Parts: sequence; structure tokens; C-alpha cells
Amino acid sequence: MEILIILTILAYMLSTAAYFAYLFLQKNNLQRIGYFILAAGILFHTATIISGFTKTGHLPVGNLRETLSLAAWAVGGVFLVIQHKYNLKILGIFAAPLVTLVMIMVSLLPSAPAQVSNIFKNFWLISHVVAIFIGEASFALAGGLGVLYLIQENAIKTKKRRFFFKRLPSLDLLDITGYACIVVGFTLLTLGLITGFIYAKSIWGRFWSWDPKEVWSGITWILYAILLHERLTVGWRGRKSAIMAIIGFGVLLFTFLGVNLLLEGHHGEFTKF
Amino acid sequence: MSDIVLVGINHKTAPVELRECIAFSKEESITAVQTLLRQPDLNEVILFSTCNRVEVLFVTDNKSRAISTTKEFIADFNKIPLEQFENVLYIHEGDEAVRHVFRVASSLDSMVVGEPQILGQIKEAYRTASGLNTSGVILNRLLHRTFFVAKRIRTETGIGDRAVSISFAAVELGRKIFGTLEGKTVLLIGAGEMAELSVEHLIRNKAGDIYVANRTFENGVALAKEFNGQALRFEEISDCLKFIDIIISSTGASDFVITRDQVKGVLRARRSRPLFFIDIAVPRDIDPAVNRLSNSYVYDIDDLKDVVDENMEDRQQEAVKAGRIVDEAVINFRQWHASLDVVPTIIALRNKVEAIAQAEIKKTLQSNKFPDSGVEALNKMANSLTNKILHDPTIFLKKNGMLADRSLYIDAVRKLFKLDE
Repeated sequence: MEILIILTILAYMLSTAAYFAYLFLQKNNLQRIGYFILAAGILFHTATIISGFTKTGHLPVGNLRETLSLAAWAVGGVFLVIQHKYNLKILGIFAAPLVTLVMIMVSLLPSAPAQVSNIFKNFWLISHVVAIFIGEASFALAGGLGVLYLIQENAIKTKKRRFFFKRLPSLDLLDITGYACIVVGFTLLTLGLITGFIYAKSIWGRFWSWDPKEVWSGITWILYAILLHERLTVGWRGRKSAIMAIIGFGVLLFTFLGVNLLLEGHHGEFTKF
Repeated sequence: MSDIVLVGINHKTAPVELRECIAFSKEESITAVQTLLRQPDLNEVILFSTCNRVEVLFVTDNKSRAISTTKEFIADFNKIPLEQFENVLYIHEGDEAVRHVFRVASSLDSMVVGEPQILGQIKEAYRTASGLNTSGVILNRLLHRTFFVAKRIRTETGIGDRAVSISFAAVELGRKIFGTLEGKTVLLIGAGEMAELSVEHLIRNKAGDIYVANRTFENGVALAKEFNGQALRFEEISDCLKFIDIIISSTGASDFVITRDQVKGVLRARRSRPLFFIDIAVPRDIDPAVNRLSNSYVYDIDDLKDVVDENMEDRQQEAVKAGRIVDEAVINFRQWHASLDVVPTIIALRNKVEAIAQAEIKKTLQSNKFPDSGVEALNKMANSLTNKILHDPTIFLKKNGMLADRSLYIDAVRKLFKLDE
């Protein structure tokens, strides 16, 4: 297990290095290398998670270490899909360091044995966790794309081009990809919330219990719902959409980590360390 | 050993008045290379003639005579006294000539560094020469290396990547905003060479419908016809902003043709799809405040000039990288060219045959038992075989009796015996 984590981190670091080299040198091969190394890293990472799964028999989200690891895995996976589909090479400059940093944090956190509980064998709970994590990973990438969009738009508007102008793709591609990430994220977040409600009903007998995590998830959901609604009705795109995606990601981070660390609630145990 | 020499003038050494007197048309260059090749000292000839340069590249065994022959030929052919242009002629020999050809074809010596046409022009000149058989072993090899170097520079450096004209810069910016220009509608307001050129570039990039608005409707109709577009009345511009993506403006108006409020009014109807204004007019046609509206981008002529300047600078930097590739290629070519000399070829041939003999002796000795005297006899026999086999070819190569082009035979020998590997 430890060796797998080390291999994973190593692959992510190499991939990050390749993407940074690509940013500066603009050689297409570097970007391809970065992509394949990241894919290799994801394989190691998957093995890590599976080995955790088989050892304990439940989805490894028992403590902060495992939760973050799963989140990084989701970000990496979603990134691979997005890059494959949109050929948005430069996004690696955001995704690769992100997963690397998270995984380094993971490796530094103690792997306290989670208390064995049977709740993670429940279908609804597993669906809830998987959907939420992949959805949040999509939102994370949408946030990254929002930042890239603002950088590029600023370069074009202020007519100060130099470094990033050449290296970033067109505004249109950044916008469309960001939108796609938000659509995917929103769909999965919705699914995640629904499965969560069903699970809550089956365990606690009620759908909603005003737990801080629930409240903040609701806020996150409403935020992205507004973003999508405005885009579909009045055509919110470009700058506004990018800013919203970044704000959304900030709120999401708080929902994901801040709520657990700062507020009390029944999701708290997943981020114990 | 024969020498490679290049004699020529270009835009850096001679003014256009002189260059146009010396330029060769396509038909003229056919006669020119044939005439030059008939001169006793020129073994191979290629002639490059573009609007920015006239250069004669040749291979000779007698440099000084060949150079003066060529100079006189240029003067005679163009009926212009030699004194008038002799001081602007440059003469490159050996490595310098090779380097010059590489640099020219890679567009490092061009007026606009990195412009792509020159390579095509050189290829054309080479096709003419090889079709008439005025190029031989050395120039064929040199030109093939040249095309390789030029291609390498184009792919490995960014020398031709960035737009260095106003109209291309506009297209490049459009791509950064829209991704693809395919299907984007274009409105041309007014007329003018630069504006029309931009429209043409956009059309070449598969832009969608073209609209033309002109104060004089008739002029607009005429211009619209050229672009297969549609003419609009000036008053319609406001309305059309709803569906137009790229606006190129070049009118003589003293006031803004498109104001901030006009654009702001259509943003919602456009569902915030981006708008790109290219303002080529002086004084400006588009209110600069439009640039501050969301998803609207305004570039005026100065902004575009800045883009071009930056890109030019980039090209200069890339040219340094390209210079390195050229240096490397010059060294490689020098090695090959030197190998075409007689002595190294004879040595290489002898080494090759001796190596084969030694290898076979070793093999034979391994599988058979010979007494010492037998081994000695075997070695002796191998030596005399080697000498006998090499005798005639060596005499042939050493004698200056080889007809016409010595490099042709040397090249053949090197290829027959695979001496270059």
C-alpha cells in the first residue's frame, strides 16, 4: 500500500514537471508525456484504492487521508477524460499539480485505522460518495478553467499578451470546456444529493436533517443551478461564467473540507485525522 | 576538390531599382543556367531569382575564373555595365556559400524573417536546374539538405508561427477569441486595402456570411460582390450587430461609427456570444469603451501594430535557434563534401577492402587448423588480393583523366562500396 502511494505521487510529480516543461517550452511531446505519466499515476492510485477496499471491505473514505486520496483520484480521472475529449492540453498545468499536492498531503496524514462500520457496504451510500466525488472533481476542473479563462481574457482585453496569450487556448474552448465540466459536475452532484437523501431516509428516517454539510451542499447546488440557469436563459458565458465557476469552487472547497473541520455534523468522521 | 560558390545581390545590398534590372524571369533563368553551364569553369549551376534577390550558385574547379565569368555573364545578360553593381555583389565560398543557401531557404535572410514563400521559390529554381541537368552530385545533395534544414527549422522553431502582418494578426487574434473562425459572420464597414485583405484572410479561414456596409450603398454592393457577400445600408449596422461576430471597420468618418451604447444594446440579444471589432480606421471608428463591455474585444490599428511588433521580436529570437540548426547542417555538409575528395575516398576504399579480408581470415582460422607457415601464406594472399583488386580503381581515381565531373565518380564509388556508413 505504501509503495503504491509513493509510486502514485512520483508519477503525479513527474507529470506535473512534464506539464510545466510544456508550459515553458511548448513542445507537444512534453504534454503527451505528462498525460501518459498522469494516466500511469491514476492506475497506481486506483490500485491503492482497490487494495484499501479489499483490506477493509468498505469504500476507503473513513478518514481525511482516504477521503482526500479519493478526491484526488476523481480529479485526475475527470481530467484525463476532459483532456481526451477536448484536447485541452494546458489544463494539465492546473490538474497535475493539484492532484500532486493533495496526494503529498495524503501521504503526510496518519493512516489511523477507521473504525469498522458496515455503513459503507450500503449501495446508496457508495453511489452517494462516488457521484459526489466525481461531481466535485468536475467542479474543481471548472474552477481551474475559470482561472485560465480570466487570465486569457485579461491578456486579450488589456492587450498585454506575452507569456500566457500564446500558451493558452482560445477563449471559446476554455468557456465550452468549463461549461461541460459544470454540466457533468451538476448532474453528478444532483445524483449524489438524491442518493444521499435516500440513504439518510433509510438510516435516520428523514431526508434532510439540517446538518451543516447538507446545508452547504444545498448552497453549492443552488449556486451551480443559478449558473446553469443563467447560461441557458440569458446566455451567461465568458467572464461571468468563469467568475461563478471560481466562486463555486471556493464554496465547494468549504463544503468539502471547511464544514467538516470547522463545524460539527454527521459527516465529520470522514475527515478525522 | 571542387568549390561551391555563390554570387548574388539581395535586398540588403542593393536597392530595388538595381534588383529589378538584374532579375531573371522564369524563361530567362532557363537560358541563363544553360549558358552558364557551357562556360568552361562551371560544373554545376543553379540560379535563384526573386523580387528580393538574384543569386547564382555554382560548383567550380577554378574559383577566381568562374567568379569573374559569372559576373560578366550577369552584366552581359542584363545589358548593364558590371561597374554599376559590382560593389553590391556578395561572393560566398565553401562553408559560407552553404550556410547562405540554408539561411535563405529557411527564410532567415528574408526581408520578413520567417515568410514561407522563399522555400517554394528555391524549390522551383532547383526543379528548373535539375530538369535541365545543370545541377549535379554536389548541388543536388546541397539542395536536398537545404530543403531538409528548412523543414526542420519550420517545425522545430516558431519562426513562422506568428502573424507579422496587420491582417494576419487580426485573424490570429480572432482565433484566440473564437477558437475556430468557421461559420463566423463578418461585417466590413467602409473599404480599404488592409480591411479587404483581412476579410480575405477570414474567408480563407472558412468564415461564414460576409456583409458589407458603406456610406455609398452602390460601392458597398460592388465590394460585397467581390466577397460573395451581402451589402447593407449604413443605418442597418446597429441591428446587424445581433448576429455578426467579427466587425472590420475602415471608414473615413470623423466620429465613432459604432458606439458603446449600440453594442451594449445587443449583448443580451446575442446571448453574450463574443464580438470582435477590428478597427483599422484613423481616426477610429469604434468607441474604445466598447472594449470594456463583457465579451466584446476591440483592437485598433495601433494594437494590431503592437501585436505585429511583438511577433517580429519572437521571430528574431526563433531565428537564433534556427541559426544553430543551420550551423549544424553546415558542418555535416562540409564533412560529406570533403569526403568527395579523391584521397579520403581511396583511403576509405582501401580500409573497407582490408577490413573485409581481415575478417574473412579470422573466420577461416577459427574453423580450420593451419600451421604457422600456412597462416603467413594466407595473410600474404589476402594482401596481394586487396592490392590487385584496388589497383585499377585507385589509378582511375587518382588520374585526372576523369571526364567532366570528378565528384560524380567519387560519389558513385562511395555509394557502390557504401563508404559513407
